[in-house]
Amino acid sequence: MLLQIVSALGVVVVAVLACSAYFYFSNKILDLALPVKDGDIRAASRNLNRRALVRPWLFVGPALFLLVVYLVYPVVATFILSFYDRAGEQFVGVANYQWALGDREFRQSIFNNILWLAVVPAACTFFGLVIAVMTDRIWWGNIAKSIVFMPMAISFVGASVIWKFIYEYRGGNDVQIGLLNAIVQTFGGTPEVWISVPFWNNFFLMVILIWIQTGFAMVILSAALRGIPEETIEAAVIDGANGWQIFWRIMVPQVWGSIAVVWTTITILVLKVFDIVLTMTNGQWQSMVLANLMFNWLFRGGGDSGRSAVIAIIIMLAVTPIMVWNVRRANRELKGH
Amino acid sequence: MTAVGSYFKIGPARLFVHAAVLLIVIVWLIPTLGIFVSALRDKDQIVVSGWWTAFVGSTQTVAVRLGTPDQQQQEGATYVITGNVLEGQTGRSVKAFGNRVQQPAAFEAGQTADLGDGESLQINSDGSYRYMKNAAFSPDERPRRIYASVSAPPEFTLQNYKTVLTGEGIGQSFINSLTVTIPATIIPILIAAFAAYALSWMEFPGRALLIALVVGLIVVPLQMSLIPLLRLYNEIGNLLGQPSKTYPGIWLAHTAFGMPLAIYLLRAYIAGLPKEIIESARVDGATDFEIFTRIVLPLSFPALASFAIFQFLWVWNDLLVAMVFLGTDKDHLVLTGSLNALLGSRGGNWEILTASAFVTIIVPLLVFFGLQRYLVRGLLAGSVKGG
Repeated sequence: MLLQIVSALGVVVVAVLACSAYFYFSNKILDLALPVKDGDIRAASRNLNRRALVRPWLFVGPALFLLVVYLVYPVVATFILSFYDRAGEQFVGVANYQWALGDREFRQSIFNNILWLAVVPAACTFFGLVIAVMTDRIWWGNIAKSIVFMPMAISFVGASVIWKFIYEYRGGNDVQIGLLNAIVQTFGGTPEVWISVPFWNNFFLMVILIWIQTGFAMVILSAALRGIPEETIEAAVIDGANGWQIFWRIMVPQVWGSIAVVWTTITILVLKVFDIVLTMTNGQWQSMVLANLMFNWLFRGGGDSGRSAVIAIIIMLAVTPIMVWNVRRANRELKGH
Repeated sequence: MTAVGSYFKIGPARLFVHAAVLLIVIVWLIPTLGIFVSALRDKDQIVVSGWWTAFVGSTQTVAVRLGTPDQQQQEGATYVITGNVLEGQTGRSVKAFGNRVQQPAAFEAGQTADLGDGESLQINSDGSYRYMKNAAFSPDERPRRIYASVSAPPEFTLQNYKTVLTGEGIGQSFINSLTVTIPATIIPILIAAFAAYALSWMEFPGRALLIALVVGLIVVPLQMSLIPLLRLYNEIGNLLGQPSKTYPGIWLAHTAFGMPLAIYLLRAYIAGLPKEIIESARVDGATDFEIFTRIVLPLSFPALASFAIFQFLWVWNDLLVAMVFLGTDKDHLVLTGSLNALLGSRGGNWEILTASAFVTIIVPLLVFFGLQRYLVRGLLAGSVKGG
């Protein structure tokens, strides 16, 4: 054990040093290769210009390399692979896409994904907004916020264990040790194996993501609510608006931009949801989603790169509008500065 | 008091808000609490009672054998075997007992139960019993089996942690997780900070395009990258005669996947630094490398810290990237991976699962509660801008 800790620390130090060394020495070498100190002034100024041309690329180089290799190239490569057979060798045209359209499991995944998309972002945003509004006006609001925010730190796998324990079912006359079944039993209901009830199990899985993500929505929306000028609300109070009207007519419209940001962020997250389904059901009992289906095809029966590529492309298509919107928003912001 | 806070300071509405927030806090806390409490309970108790009863003690049914006939003593016409069903257990008490498994709690403690055949049994709540017969117990009679429902006081133990840390590979995975997480947190910060500086303060052709690329890549789903990268890793592994699943491989993957958001967040911060400082440093003859390391890096500490926390949590909590790029063999399994494996193999052993879950979430929770301020700042810098 000790040996492993030492060797782990060793590689950590080496890795970090190597990275720092690149930046330090690449800049040093550039300065040495294009000196500006002595010699004639013309050469110095020419070298200075050349340095200014090269140096930005030394700075962005590693980042650009990683972005291209790990994100840009794969998008292209996956697209191409989606037209090839399971080993990625034989061109098969749109056969993989045709397979996807006809596959029951694929349609089930699309249906479930749409269900997740309809419920989770809306629920997180709604709860986040309501909690933000309420916690902003009580003295222990910050403590309450910390607690709601806390699940953000917990891994999806950890959260799945936590919730699996809540949904735990015991057969026969055993005492229910899962909280949900214990509650159901107390109120005279029949305990169930919640995560294997088709269709409804999707919602039991969604609860986990909502539990994790509501804190995120709350933090963003709480900051946005603080930005509302006090006068607007005071004016509404003077005009005789009640709490409900103030919430819907004054507060919600003013934080609309932030609501959109929260909504999109969680939407992207939902499209990629993988860990929860893997650990809770692994797609059984009709709870499959696209990301898990893709992962399954990646390794199922030795792997089928064509079919999993098609599923990856579908996920990519779903986020593309958000991507375009993101870039446009950022461009507008840059010009505004 | 904030702006929105000023509009109902008194009245029943305020009371309602307190109650509602309290309810929400309880709902949000209970799931995690269940894991924490269960992980500290005895493994036999977890299965017989809900964790919410842990503080009031539990009742469980135990089977015990009474004494053997050679212990019998004659008291007038009756023969008696005495003893204690709670031998060697302190703090417990018998609530009820019975002689058939179908009715393990047929008789109250202290009551004398008629067992037929002239036999009777009395068990007191302290566990002491008198087993009586109106004739001698025959020597070849087997010791009688009875059932008792025993109430135990709240009991907590660290045994579960000991078990998972030594026996279930969680200790090893903990170190694997650290080995993955620490470089995968530091390296992207360095690389992204240099890039963010160049994108904010250096003029070069293609800069605007690069910024747009970074923003666009923020949302590219990870799933996209898996197949091509797996192939690439395998080819490079073959070329170098090395295994394709290595720590450097996963560090680079995490670094790259965190890169768009890192550059985006850090650029927003670094571009907002006062122009005068950087320009006067330039006039004084400082190179960009010096400006970056001596001025920008120290000034950007809040932004670097908030991204570091994000990246740390993200890498520590990741399952997919680790499964694909590090593999699922025992030597390389990270915490999330071994927890997932335990769910499959030890699905019903809640003492193992809860203790393991606690081990996996304790580090991120410490980071979270220690550095929450920076985390919130990072979130706000990234999301509210332009919102």
